[in-house]
Amino acid sequence: MVKSDIIGNKNQLTEDIMTTIGLYLITGTALVVSFIKNKDKTILSLKKAWKSFENILPQFLTILVIIGIALAILTPEQISRLVGSESGWIGVLVAAFIGSITLVPGFIAFPLASALLKSGAGYMQIAAFISTLMMVGVVTIPLEIKYFGKKTAIIRNMEAFIFSLAVAYIMGVVM
Amino acid sequence: MDKIIKVIKRYRFFIILLVINTVILIVKPDIGLKSLQLTKSNALEMLSILPPVFILLGLLDVWVKRETMIKFMGEKSGIIGVLLAFLLGSAAAGPLYAAFPVAAVLLKKGSKFSNVLIMIGAWSTTKIPLLLFEASSMGIKFMITRFILNIFGIAIIAYTVEKLLSKREIDKIYNNAASME
Repeated sequence: MVKSDIIGNKNQLTEDIMTTIGLYLITGTALVVSFIKNKDKTILSLKKAWKSFENILPQFLTILVIIGIALAILTPEQISRLVGSESGWIGVLVAAFIGSITLVPGFIAFPLASALLKSGAGYMQIAAFISTLMMVGVVTIPLEIKYFGKKTAIIRNMEAFIFSLAVAYIMGVVM
Repeated sequence: MDKIIKVIKRYRFFIILLVINTVILIVKPDIGLKSLQLTKSNALEMLSILPPVFILLGLLDVWVKRETMIKFMGEKSGIIGVLLAFLLGSAAAGPLYAAFPVAAVLLKKGSKFSNVLIMIGAWSTTKIPLLLFEASSMGIKFMITRFILNIFGIAIIAYTVEKLLSKREIDKIYNNAASME
């Protein structure tokens, strides 16, 4: 529903589904081969899979609800008003900030970005938005900390944020 | 009873957020409803991507020997380890948060820390299917420029993070990954 709100790009949605199907085919094949080679090992691997999934399920669910609430409050129209091509570095910072706190699946992110461009956002701002969207994950930081510890998670995200500003600057020059 | 309390404690943030969402639903029904629908579609996406990812990780954990991983992605793996890490991240499917469990298995099996960070970097921003989307919606020039910049960015981030951590801190991350199954 929201996907079609943002921009209904069916082709990309289909490609995304294809990726998922491919993933299932690979997994299915691997499971069958594994099962033929060694039944016990395969069952052990499934047990391990379930345990590590259940281990981080609370964080996953928390993140999902946070994203839901954030995206329900923030609409594409509001974003493009904030990051117009005249908005300069303030617009870049706003875009980078929005990109950092939102988490959108890739097949929505790019159509959304190109919709934002058409509705008046600048290349610099959009580059900052895309780059932070993909590399910086504020809502997923608790999960990242669980795996990598506080220091790594914070340094990685901060560096990715600064790097995204550099990308924005260079994209502004190149495009 | 103890078990139930333990479960509630683990899921407390999720429960609190559900309560918040319910409050929004009562005060501002349109936003509350939209947020629930977004959560539902994201949950469906997560449920479609994560099971195969975790099953593959389970298989990897059971079948790939530690020695093999160390040989190809460990301390002395050199450029091959770097390229493998980059390809693994770029060929992956799913959002960045799905990369963290993969990272844990790589660490557990003895992959070099900077290689794991390269995998995370590639996973976050140079995924091959996404490059195709990017080229088609933003233009080839935009995609290629960003791709080239990202290669540098991923390397810079991976090596500086590794440099900024002490050996003790890195060991702690490895131990944490080993205990995480």
